[in-house]
Amino acid sequence: MVVQTPVEQKARNLVSMSWDPITRIVGNLGIYTKIDFDNHEVVECKSTSSIFRGYSVFMKGKDPRDAHFITSRICGICGDNHATCSVYAQNMAYGINMPPLAEWIYNLGEAAEYMFDHSIFQDNLVFVDFCEQMVRETNPRLLERAERTDAPHANIHGYRTIADIMRAFNPFTGEIYKEALVQSRVTREMFCLMEGRHVHPSTLYPGGTGTVATPQLFTDYMIRLVRFLDFVKKAVPLNDDVFNFFYEALPGYEEVGRRRILLGCWGSFQDPAVCDYRYQNMEKWGRAMFVTPGVIVDGELVTTSLVDINLGIRILLGSSYYDDWENEETFVSRDPLGNPVDKRHPWNQTTIPKPQKRDLEGGKYSWVMSPRWYDKRTGSHLALDTGGGAIARLWTTALAGLVDTGYVKATGRSVEINLPKSGAFPEMQFEWKIPQWSNAIERDRARIYFVAYAAAMAFFFLDKAMARIRSGDVRTFQEFDVPDEAIGCGFHEAVRGVLSHHMVIRDGKIANYHPYPPTPWNGSPTDSLGTPGPYEDAVMGSPIFEENGRDHFKGIDIMRAVRSFDPCLPCGVHMYLGDGQVLERRHSPTLGVAAGG
Amino acid sequence: MSTDRGMYGQVAGGGVPRAAGSGVDEVHILWTSEGMSCDGDSVSITAAMQPSLEDVVLGLLPGLPTVHLHNKVLDPSLGGDEFMRVFHQAADGALGVPFVFVVEGSIPNEKINGDGYWTSMGNDPATGEPITLNQWIDRLAPKAWAVVAIGTCAAYGGIHAMAGNPTGAMGLCDYLGWDFRSTAGIPIVNVPGCPVQPDNFMETLTWLLYQAAGLSPMIPLDDMHRPQWLFGKTVHEGCDRAGYYEQADFASDYNSPKCQVKIGCWGPVVNCNVTKRGWMGGIGGCPNVGGICIGCTMPGFPDKFMPFMDEPPGGALSSMMTTPYGALIRRLRQITNHTVNKEPRWRHNRPELTTGYNPRWPR
Repeated sequence: MVVQTPVEQKARNLVSMSWDPITRIVGNLGIYTKIDFDNHEVVECKSTSSIFRGYSVFMKGKDPRDAHFITSRICGICGDNHATCSVYAQNMAYGINMPPLAEWIYNLGEAAEYMFDHSIFQDNLVFVDFCEQMVRETNPRLLERAERTDAPHANIHGYRTIADIMRAFNPFTGEIYKEALVQSRVTREMFCLMEGRHVHPSTLYPGGTGTVATPQLFTDYMIRLVRFLDFVKKAVPLNDDVFNFFYEALPGYEEVGRRRILLGCWGSFQDPAVCDYRYQNMEKWGRAMFVTPGVIVDGELVTTSLVDINLGIRILLGSSYYDDWENEETFVSRDPLGNPVDKRHPWNQTTIPKPQKRDLEGGKYSWVMSPRWYDKRTGSHLALDTGGGAIARLWTTALAGLVDTGYVKATGRSVEINLPKSGAFPEMQFEWKIPQWSNAIERDRARIYFVAYAAAMAFFFLDKAMARIRSGDVRTFQEFDVPDEAIGCGFHEAVRGVLSHHMVIRDGKIANYHPYPPTPWNGSPTDSLGTPGPYEDAVMGSPIFEENGRDHFKGIDIMRAVRSFDPCLPCGVHMYLGDGQVLERRHSPTLGVAAGG
Repeated sequence: MSTDRGMYGQVAGGGVPRAAGSGVDEVHILWTSEGMSCDGDSVSITAAMQPSLEDVVLGLLPGLPTVHLHNKVLDPSLGGDEFMRVFHQAADGALGVPFVFVVEGSIPNEKINGDGYWTSMGNDPATGEPITLNQWIDRLAPKAWAVVAIGTCAAYGGIHAMAGNPTGAMGLCDYLGWDFRSTAGIPIVNVPGCPVQPDNFMETLTWLLYQAAGLSPMIPLDDMHRPQWLFGKTVHEGCDRAGYYEQADFASDYNSPKCQVKIGCWGPVVNCNVTKRGWMGGIGGCPNVGGICIGCTMPGFPDKFMPFMDEPPGGALSSMMTTPYGALIRRLRQITNHTVNKEPRWRHNRPELTTGYNPRWPR
């Protein structure tokens, strides 16, 4: 709902506006802001959540081997990322490796997931904010200019002007919108070949997979991958044309959704030659992942160690509907290397829900907690974001300079992506360069580059898997026993960013289990130390470029800023309006039928 | 997204007879995924191809009413009021057109949490307070032409209704009553699956839309309100590994492509067509591709199937009983298989004909 409430604050004339629920995301999100229309700026923004399901509560006492089946159900678009991460955590707890072929099958499945999810989100959800119908409603002058602007890469993607591209984004009727839906099914078929079903996989188990590894499995995948390449090769330059147009046509657009560069990536794609799932070796096999884990603070790569990353995680309260666990049991006081583990670490968290009335005026207003990363150099609790996943993965991988597979090479300042020949195009190379800003446009741009990255790496994984098959090694599963007492942690990248699972086993049962997906990081409310969550501070101070005045305001720039994080909230987020006298309350005009509304 | 085809400049109708039955020619679909869900069923239907979402929304199926779909994940609006307006109109009885109410996610018990709430959708314009999912169900279900529970959570409670859950979650029939009837006299239609198999849902929806158009009779449901033609068989009856069971040839771990009943598969007693239909385009599935059936379509899911990776208690007895018979059959089949793997003896390159034909030409 869009509610306008003019409020006097300081000398500025602020209008409170809210959108609840936000569409075209997974999960429940509302936005509450205060806007200074005279100065075209969003001044305030806060975030809350409106759903609680209680996974960490009802998993207690269950068989640890059920964990990946259950946690997959946390998310309906990246459930397989949870299942995979849970298998990683279980492997550590059970003290097992997976056969190499199983790792390649996981990597191929997860690569297909990135290709599917990033492209359906970009083309069918994000680009509706950039489509001709929407831009006509919000920025008619921009659309006029788009009509007059030639698309620099028209020779590749076939759209003569930027406005032609925008028309192809129109929901349900535009060519790109429709093509993306079709391609999303091709990539999901690839996924189903490896993991059985989308989105809750059927064939994943701790110790490996039940997927039947015949040559046919990989042939069926490869044929679809090559078909998908034509789509990617058009999409990357097409995305660049649109995003560069926004920078050129709307000077200052780089400030939309911009925040301090505080990025986290927990790494993706295991290398079976290095990974043994032992905590003691976690730094080593973490750095061998084909997407490098890391934390970036103000552009500097602070660490690539999964042990540092693990020990730095802190779960804060402050605005959330839970009681604190300060007086509850400490499950893990030291990690297997002997390092102390904080009371606010997920291993030691006890989730105690406390449903209560929403209090937007300085009370509790959210079901989301506030994960932070403790920077031991400075003693600060950093509100890291994932930028929707892709930007953080590319950024850490680029800076670390560790990945070099031929198909993908990290250079220290960029990532080179090499795609083989396909039906309509020859071999092509794309280079993602570290951008100047962490902002809405760069988060969106990185997404399509990571689709190319995942496609390129899929060829590498296919090479490795086929080599196994040709050598006669078709083992995909390793037997194991569940120990009475154990701990485990898994680190992975959900499509939209960092994912960790922490498990404690006692008497052969789950004693504690806490998954941390990307959206609690990105969509967290203000914590007990007063630090706002990433959506909040990315929207606060964001400029308004929409041509509609206050009375016809849609909030398109705010929506682009929020959607750039790829919100995925089966736990939701609301943003709240601060103090202020309510002078009037009315509904704003809305997007008409002509835009498909 | 209100996808009024007229707005795209297309001419409705033409020479093709539309909604020739006694029913309506326009239907809204009001879809809430604000139950305790993962939105996985909304995502799942974007994978459907038989029919696809576009086929239905763009009116490509002959005789189908015009469909206006309102689903948060796909709605082109920016959200808020734009998205919620139609829900408020329907609740006020002001929509003017029949609507199908689709509920995704388990229904929490909001009677146990004091002033708090477990899940909500939008705020009350008058008070600014969240409107709970349960309030929306109370407002919309009695006015709906049909009520559909998509996915196991909405149908029966599913994963969030597991033992030890804090929210008291349940299925829609538990909430509204199993004898609930929509304004068209239809029971709550359950399309279970975790998530729902994409084509299963779209096909059920298509039946209901034809029914609304007056072209289909009452949708045939079983006693758990599932479409009979989709859930009338078990996983095992459609499984391409069932032949191994018949021969008592069982997988002992997940490396094996044989029957998985001894390593956790519940297929013989679970109502689901995934092994026949695959997950999408005939690809994927569960035990047919190496994933044990964990009973995700069933009212007893998940508790009655956990721990998932252990042999089902009933499976030990039935697989033991089938073993002497199966082992014998397997041995006999091996002999026959050996025989039929040999070519008949008259296929040779010697200077003689031994096929049995008696030639009349001179030799």
